Amino acid sequence: MKRMKAIASLALAATMVFGLAACGGAGDSSSSSSSSSSDGAAVSSEGQVLNIYCWNEEFKSRITDHYSAYSETSSDLEENDNGDVQGTVEGKIGDVKVVWHITPSKDNAYQNALDEALLGQEDAAADDKVDLFLVEADYALKYVDTDATMSVSDLGITEDDIADQYQYTKDVMTDSNGVLKGLSWQGCPGGLIYNRDVALEVLGTEDPDEVQEYVKDWDTYLETSKKMKEAGYLMTATANDPYRVFSNNVTTPWVNDEKKIQIDDNFKKWVDMSKEQVDNGETTSEDLWGDKWSSGFYPDGKVFAYFGPAWLFNFSMAADDEGSIANAGRWGLCVGPQSFFWGGTWICGATGTDNADLVADIMKTMTTDETVLTEIVNDDDDFVNNSKVMEQFANDESYQSKILGGQNPNKIFCEGIKTIDLSNISSYDQGCNEKFQQAMKNYFDGNATYDEALEKFYSDVETTYPALSH
Amino acid sequence: MNKSKNNAVIKYNRWGYIFLIPFAVAYIVFQLIPLFTTIYNSFFENYRDGLTQIGPNFVGFENYKALLESGKLLTYTKNTMIMWVMGFVPQIIFSLLLAAWFSDPSLRLKGQRFFKTVIYLPNLIMASAFSMLFFTLFSTVGPINSILVSTGILKESFNFMSHVWSTRILIAFMNFVMWFGNTTILLLAGMLGIDTSLYEAAEVDGANATQIFYRITLPLLKPILLYVMITSLIGGLQMFDVPQILTSGSGDPIGSSMTLIMYLNQHLYSKNYGMGGALSVLLFIITGVLSVVIFKAMGYEKGAKK
Repeated sequence: MKRMKAIASLALAATMVFGLAACGGAGDSSSSSSSSSSDGAAVSSEGQVLNIYCWNEEFKSRITDHYSAYSETSSDLEENDNGDVQGTVEGKIGDVKVVWHITPSKDNAYQNALDEALLGQEDAAADDKVDLFLVEADYALKYVDTDATMSVSDLGITEDDIADQYQYTKDVMTDSNGVLKGLSWQGCPGGLIYNRDVALEVLGTEDPDEVQEYVKDWDTYLETSKKMKEAGYLMTATANDPYRVFSNNVTTPWVNDEKKIQIDDNFKKWVDMSKEQVDNGETTSEDLWGDKWSSGFYPDGKVFAYFGPAWLFNFSMAADDEGSIANAGRWGLCVGPQSFFWGGTWICGATGTDNADLVADIMKTMTTDETVLTEIVNDDDDFVNNSKVMEQFANDESYQSKILGGQNPNKIFCEGIKTIDLSNISSYDQGCNEKFQQAMKNYFDGNATYDEALEKFYSDVETTYPALSH
Repeated sequence: MNKSKNNAVIKYNRWGYIFLIPFAVAYIVFQLIPLFTTIYNSFFENYRDGLTQIGPNFVGFENYKALLESGKLLTYTKNTMIMWVMGFVPQIIFSLLLAAWFSDPSLRLKGQRFFKTVIYLPNLIMASAFSMLFFTLFSTVGPINSILVSTGILKESFNFMSHVWSTRILIAFMNFVMWFGNTTILLLAGMLGIDTSLYEAAEVDGANATQIFYRITLPLLKPILLYVMITSLIGGLQMFDVPQILTSGSGDPIGSSMTLIMYLNQHLYSKNYGMGGALSVLLFIITGVLSVVIFKAMGYEKGAKK
């Protein structure tokens, strides 16, 4: 009897564990993928509610400030533990009610919410259908390369309308059949942001054009890196800093048509360069956004350079904090070894929208109207997605950045942005980039050989994306 | 007459069953059905590729085969067990010691209530918050490193999170700090339940403190100890939040702090219910086997506790 009881209680305990361990796996059986897309002709425009899915308030504030017909009526946002906002905000454009559904990106929450909404699009009531949603470049193709996103031409936006937009912003939104499916109002070209004091001390100059000579290609970059080390400075705070520069300049996508993972030569180049730098103490194997990374925002961090776009030095490098390099206006900006971009938000129209005209008008106004775009540069310091407008700002001597010691960053950015080529992206880029950096950290730290780290990368990516193999 | 009395008892007993309904319903809906659907799901290929749903296609034991063949299951089970043992051994020693002190009337400890509260406090902090705290404390530019460097113990800061054993020790230490209070309270309850006359008798017979502990306290504590072992084992096998946050989900260095549930979590990124189900079933079997091993090892058998 005792034994029976013991076994019974054991079974019960185990059952409970199992139930808990298993609770992620139960009950959910969402319907299969969305079927054929509706034709342009069938698009409806009489909807009463415009549902917008996004992950923060950035686009909402742009609309509030620059889309005159919009006004906010009520807000039900709360801040979560990470300091991100979530919830819904309501507004109206004319008679149409606008509902913003804000879910933070952290832990993939935004994409999970968007996936569910888009997969249920067909069966949703007209007022609940997603009309417009935002995406980032790293996972854009996941949505663009499906029927869930409307083509821009179906919305009535012509090639001529967007002729001045930068090519890379269109590359990101072009599906495998060459159809453009989304637009952005901003470009996020990056450059090499360097510490002027360190440049003066080690290289003998703080002039952007002259500093550029020391970082004009990866070989010279490595030589400069050694000089920095001798003088007691880190070239970059982490090995992940230049990562985007390499990943934006690949010649093959992460995943080919047979869903096989391929490692572009450029990634190998990044690995070799970073390993050398980490071993020599010229950089570290720490993570971006970590404490070590941000220590270089202050002189004591002893970091020479960061790779980043305008938003990085404008909003993320502690410019408000007295004692930081940004506060003293001692950063400089040059193009760096290769062009790249970082960040940016794209607007997509959802298939099945009942507000197609409004979606089209928002897209058109926010991404092509030169008056609006000029306003955005002046008010929000965005680098807007229009070469004509930006050329003007690049040549405008009065446009100066205090953080960069009076330098006009747009000149540098306008030069870099033309050569960004993003034709080699895949829908799995987000996971691949993340796991690759994570796995290679083991190699940099000396915990694994390159091959072992690569094995770890393959296994992690294939667990995350079961469709892939190598 | 006898019959009608029986009827009344049966009628009265009915209420017992009625009161059980809420539990039974909750159990069936939230535990039993998911349990079987998990097993059912584990035989299917069923995941999401971007916005495309793949499956469910019946694949038999393919998921199990893939899991067992990759060899990762073994590695991650080993990791989990290593970190559990590293946390559990100091935990049970500390808890036994503290519980013995607290329950010993001859010591007349002052402020017992205060200390019992204090040692339980770490358990009230969310594991993820605790993990985040340690991540910041032990980062290369964190306070621990700056203390070690400024006192001259280390020449340059030590990257705790990029060495296998320092990472595992940190995780085990966190689990230890979070759970030893809980274990102490459980063991204390067990010890207080032992008849004091036994202690008195032992003292009269001339037994010393050590003898009393090993000959009287421990044997009589066995049922509670067994309970503590089993619950801790189950909790240990499900270790997730502490290593997940500390290593940002990577289980690095080179997967040495990756636990089984972290692996399960990785599968669920693409809503891979097939592999997730198979892994859960295997975890169930592992838990079952290890629990039986502990039962046997503790000698908890029919005749043993008479």
